[in-house]
Order: sequence, then structure tokens, then C-alpha cells
Amino acid sequence: MTTRTIKVSQLARVEGEGALKVTIRDGEVKNAELNIFEPPRFFEAFMQGRAFTEAPDITARICGICPVAYQMSAVHAMEAAIGAVITPEIRALRRLLYCGEWIESHGLHVYMLHAPDFLGYQSAIDLAKDAPDTVKRGLAMKKAGNDIVAAVGGREIHPVNVKVGGFYKAPSKKSLRALVDKLEEGRDIALDTVRWVAGFDFPDVERDYEFVCLGHPAEYPFNEGRIVSSKGLDIEASAYPDHFEEVHMPQSTALHSRIKERGFYFCGPMARYSLHFEKLPAIAQDVAREVGLGTTCRNPYKSIIIRSVELVFAFDEALRIIRNYEEPDAPAVPAEPRAGVGHAATEAPRGMLYHRYQLSADGSIERAVIIPPTSQNQATIEEDLTAFIPQWLNMNDDDLRWRCEQTVRNYDPCISCATHFLKLDIDRG
Amino acid sequence: MAELRTLIIGVGNADRGDDGAGLAVVTLLRERSDHADGVRLIQHWGEASGLVEAMAGWDRVLIIDAAASCKAPGDHHVFDVSTTPLPSDLTETSSHGFGVAQAIELARALGSLPRDCRVYAIEGESFEAGAALSDRVQAAVGTVAEAIMQSLELAPA
Repeated sequence: MTTRTIKVSQLARVEGEGALKVTIRDGEVKNAELNIFEPPRFFEAFMQGRAFTEAPDITARICGICPVAYQMSAVHAMEAAIGAVITPEIRALRRLLYCGEWIESHGLHVYMLHAPDFLGYQSAIDLAKDAPDTVKRGLAMKKAGNDIVAAVGGREIHPVNVKVGGFYKAPSKKSLRALVDKLEEGRDIALDTVRWVAGFDFPDVERDYEFVCLGHPAEYPFNEGRIVSSKGLDIEASAYPDHFEEVHMPQSTALHSRIKERGFYFCGPMARYSLHFEKLPAIAQDVAREVGLGTTCRNPYKSIIIRSVELVFAFDEALRIIRNYEEPDAPAVPAEPRAGVGHAATEAPRGMLYHRYQLSADGSIERAVIIPPTSQNQATIEEDLTAFIPQWLNMNDDDLRWRCEQTVRNYDPCISCATHFLKLDIDRG
Repeated sequence: MAELRTLIIGVGNADRGDDGAGLAVVTLLRERSDHADGVRLIQHWGEASGLVEAMAGWDRVLIIDAAASCKAPGDHHVFDVSTTPLPSDLTETSSHGFGVAQAIELARALGSLPRDCRVYAIEGESFEAGAALSDRVQAAVGTVAEAIMQSLELAPA
């Protein structure tokens, strides 16, 4: 019997700390484990006893890359719990803030983390040495996203302007109009990015995933809608616990999510795109068609093209919101505490982010549950490795290791926020 | 008074024990020193492309970050990275993923690294979620803040 083990003790170019172990026996993949050794997050426990109004600021600290996603899921869940209904103006501002975060996160992943895989570079640093203008293009796009988050969220990272019911202060029309030139430039860069990444070489693989994301009758998934899937799931966020469960895998401190009836699933850009292509603006649909991307995609390596199409969407949507923006009469609706349970899911750049809060009558948090997209995708990442590796067994170990890392990076995993298990003792011995 | 336009960046995560050391140094510098002309203090969570952007255009950048390189907790070292990278044993220890070492090399590759760039690394003891700074790192924070004030000739408040 021949045994071949591919180990990556420090996964580069993913957010957080993770490791990967693939065991091959007699030409078959026996096991693929994405190991996570980041300490478990303590935020769910930390929030117990805190006021419901503190959730957006506390959860924003879970992830430096996607604080807005945590804030959005938190405020929507809290508003569901207390029965607050926001105005259309506040809703538009929240969408704008989310656009900023999608641009930051996708810009970072496409240019700094994922493109080097396809171009044969070890890192964005090596890419920058050969093609500095390419990397500067990615940084310029990301900066435009930062500027949106700073204008609406109050600062570039860990925005402080979000509250249950709306915002502490609404941005002025003038401050948003000042972003337009850079956003138009960013949209052009995003279009060029789609064309650039579509020219990469992609492994010819597909899998029959169950795609899961939000579904809204008129809008590309963002911060409102039911939870839908490619295999017929169509539920309110409040029914999430009835249909989804989390299981603990021995190799990881993160929980793996699955649909109770069917098993593991796929959330993130490829799910959103494949289930809601027709809701993208014409400019994004057109460029996707131009580069030959179908209306659905089941090749996870092509997620880099889809992220780039979503960059076009996010810039275009931001410009649309700013064009129509009128300063609201009040930046927030009243948020009065009451006993209840609130659920919400929104679309973080990496995929669906579910929050559930149970509040007491005075508004203090009795229980918090946060299920990030990376833990939802973790089992699917392992299944991809198991499915795809057999065709690459003729590669030498270095090349195979690289391909495995690339396969993990297809999901833009944020391992720091995937760690979602609190009652676990970690043996560090 | 500093002669060069200087940016001081404290890097870290305040929710991760000694990972907050760099942030604590900046907090202390804000309390202790005058707001000197040409010196700006910021706190950053350490994502590389954001750091590249923050560093651009300054004459001198001082970065303070926590380290976990098997030295004694509270040990601190200064690395002049103006022309050479951080030592390799410090490049994969941050909890910030694509972090400080990558930011420095990315800025160098793009030609935007300030001509004087130094990293103050403070060896951490515990990086547990929710923990406070350990006593030894807390002491090192004061020492490093003092060393930076002296090197820049900042006047105490």
C-alpha cells in the first residue's frame, strides 16, 4: 500500500489561521481535512447579558474583513425581535454600506489572494514585482470601497455609525456625491477585472452543489429576503433552525452546517450568481455574457470571475443609490426593547451570515447564535478536495499542494470568523 | 520635534490578549506625548492592503505589532525594514492573516514603502480571545512607548 500525505501547516492567503491535511491511499483520497486552530470565538457568550443595542458594535469586532455583514445581520435580527420597521431611506443606506464592504472584500480576494494562484505567483507581492499596475488597480478598487464604508459607516474599519433602527447620523448628500467619480472609475476597473480573470486557465471540473442564498423578488441578494436553494428550499430566516443544523467535526473547532434533509451545501458568490443572475444590473449581465460565463456556474475555480462580476454589481448599485439619495428625516427609527426572538440572514461577501438573538423584556441578550459563511462552506470545501484531487495525482507534491490551497481559496474562507464553538476544550498539547 | 513626517501605526486586535500590544502602545503615546507636528498616530487591525495604503506618502513609518516567535514574553525588538524584509520567523506569527510583513513587502514592490520604516515587535504571552494584556506585555508596552518618544524626541504631555 502506498500512502501519500499532503500537508499545508500554514495556509497562506486565507484570513485567519488554518491548515489542511489530505491523505491519499493507493491512489484514492482517503481523507481531506481543513483544520482550524484559531481559538474559538467568544463573542456569542460575550454578548449574553449585554443590551440589544450593543450587538452591532460587538459583532463588528468578529471580523476585520466583513464587520458590516456582522452589523447588518445583527441589526436586522434585533429589529425582528423588537418589531422595529426601518424606512426605505435607511434601507438604501444600509445597502450602500454593504456595497462598500463587498468592494473591499472582493477586491482584496480577487487581486491579493486568489489571482496569484492562477498566474503562478506565490503571493501578491511577487505579482506586484512583475505587474505593479495590476496590483495598484486592485488597491484602487478596494480604496473606493473603503471610502463608502468611511462615508456611511463613520470609519473605514469597524464602522461605528450603525445602530439598531438605522444610523446614528445620516451622511450628507454632498459627502456621498463626492464619491461618484471614484466609484465610476472603480466600476470601469471592475469591468476590466472580469475580462482579465476570465482569461485565466481553469481546471475543468464541476459539482452538483446545493446552492443556498437569500432570495428577493426584485433584488440581487444582499440584506433582505427569504432563504432559498437550488434544490427547492424556500423559507423565512426564522425557519433556519428547522432546516439547518450544525455538527461538530473532530478535526476542527468550527461547526459544519448542513441542511437536515439533504446534507452539505454551498453558499457565497457562486450560489448568489447561479440563483439570481437575472437580478444583476444589465452592465453586470452583459460583461458576464461577454466573457462566456453562463447564467449558472458550478466550477468553483471560476468563483474569481463571479466575484469580479459582483464587483461590477456593487459599484453600479452604489452609484444608483447615491444618485437617488435624499437625506432621511431621521437617521433611525425608534428601537424599544421587548422580549422576543429575532432571526436574520444577510449576504456577507463570502456568503450567508445568520444571526439569532433571544432578548428579555428589558432588551438584554439572553442567547446569541452566529453562523458565518465559512463554517457553512467548510464541509463543501473538504468534499471538493476529495472529489477533485484524484485527477491531479500525477502532480508532484508541491504542485498538488498548491492546487489544494487554491481549491480552499475558491471559497475565500475567513477562518477567523468560522470558528463558532464555545463549549469546547482545546487540547493544545 | 520630529523632522520627518512620521506615521506611527499600532497593529493588532484588542480582543485577542497580547495581540493588542501595538494598539496599547499607540494609546499610551496619545496620552503621554504632545501632538507633535508631522507625527500621526493610528491604530490598525493589520490587513496588508490597508496598511500599504496607510503607509503611502509618509517619510517615516513606525509599526508596532505583537509577535509570537518563541522568545520570552515581553521581549521587544526593533527591525529596520527600510531595505530588508522582516526576519522570516516573524512573518507568519500574526493573527491578522495577510499582515504586516506582507504589507511591507507589497509596499516595497510597489515602490511606496517610506524610506525609513521600522517595526517594533513585542513578544506576546497569550493570544486568547477576550483576555487582557499580560503583565509582562503591559510592561513592555510602556518601555516601547518610551523608546519611541525618545527616538522621535517627542515631548511628554
